[in-house]
Amino acid sequence: MKNSWWKILAVAILTYTVFWGILGKVPRQPILNESIRNVYFHVPLWFGMTTLLLTSAIFSIRYLRSGLADHDRIAVEFANTGIVFGLLGCATGSVWANFTWGEPWPNDPKLNGAAVAMLLYFAYLILRGSFDDEQRRARISAVYNIFAFAVFVPLIFILPRLTDSLHPGNGGNPAFGQYDMNSQMRMVFYPAVIGFTLLGVWITELRVRLSRIRAVVEE
Amino acid sequence: MAESVRQLGALMRKEFLLEWRQRYALNGMLLYIVGAVFVCYLSFSARRGLLTPIVWNTLFWIILLFTAINAIAKSFVQERAGRLLYYYTLASPQQIILSKILYNIVLMLALAGLGFVVYAFVLGNPVQDVLLYLLSLALGAIGFAASLTLIAGIASKAENSATLMAVLSFPIVLPLLLMLLRVSKNAIDGLDRSVSWDEIGIVLAIDAIVLALSWMLFPFLWRS
Repeated sequence: MKNSWWKILAVAILTYTVFWGILGKVPRQPILNESIRNVYFHVPLWFGMTTLLLTSAIFSIRYLRSGLADHDRIAVEFANTGIVFGLLGCATGSVWANFTWGEPWPNDPKLNGAAVAMLLYFAYLILRGSFDDEQRRARISAVYNIFAFAVFVPLIFILPRLTDSLHPGNGGNPAFGQYDMNSQMRMVFYPAVIGFTLLGVWITELRVRLSRIRAVVEE
Repeated sequence: MAESVRQLGALMRKEFLLEWRQRYALNGMLLYIVGAVFVCYLSFSARRGLLTPIVWNTLFWIILLFTAINAIAKSFVQERAGRLLYYYTLASPQQIILSKILYNIVLMLALAGLGFVVYAFVLGNPVQDVLLYLLSLALGAIGFAASLTLIAGIASKAENSATLMAVLSFPIVLPLLLMLLRVSKNAIDGLDRSVSWDEIGIVLAIDAIVLALSWMLFPFLWRS
């Protein structure tokens, strides 16, 4: 019980997010209308994904320094969860774009950057799949993971800000926080970010434990 | 310091000698880019100046990208494992990756230069600011060489390295490629050079990041 308080917290926050996200009052904005509620889901998923991928890169660095197989295991599971969050982020963003921009996947630098980021991490998984020797796989994929994260950052956070983009917070557009969100929305949005991140860590923890057990069983 | 520069020089000299003695690989790359340009020329059955500048530019960079991937993929598979092991006892891994990157930069500069001349010859040359275009080619050669050399090292350790090389490198070089496309498009349109400084700055920043990472990560790679 002592160690699971954060899981309870995650469940509580996400329940609160879902209920208040759907029932709570939101400001009426032109074009956005009710779809502004997606801010509670789409944006926290991307925040969560970035955190998970950063953690994955950190564990890859730790693996290269320590050589412990466990660090590699944690790194790959964080990357896996990050990919799931990224796909969900793409899906929610796509629904949102359909209603506000008129098409599910407009040709926009931010969206394409996100798609390339997904390719980057799929390539990471394929790279892992092509080794038989475990130590070799761990070391080489750790190298690629660090390299991939270093490319991921400019791809998502720097390049879209330089070009014209529909996406809020890019290409000279204001981010959502500045004009559209009132304090009532913030009361849901910030907890949602924490809640989704905790959920991601929780999923990762379960997968890491599963893979540890598998490793022991195989031995 | 002087010692390590001397070693670096020796390694570079080895790379050039190796290439010179196995000329078929070098000639193969040269023929590859000329052939690719010619295939594009015939496929579009384009008379000079028929392609719009955007298509002209994009096509050239894509040819260059594939040439780069093919040329750099062989940096680590050319030599047998035993011989690589021997180098590692002689020099530090940083020197080896640096010599490979420098060598690949020279190779890419040569390929890009040749490609540009042939491409402009058969498909016409709409570039108004040739100096800036050549600068973007040089930056591209450096960036491709820097980012793809480490990827080639990674891919050469795996079993089906040819596919892996392509899969791993496409997303990695994409930010670089997009920036280069923009700089070279500015050069074609003959825009004022001050417009391109931002992009050039970013290309240089990406190059610096990639070089630094290759320098730091390669020692871990060769140990396996």
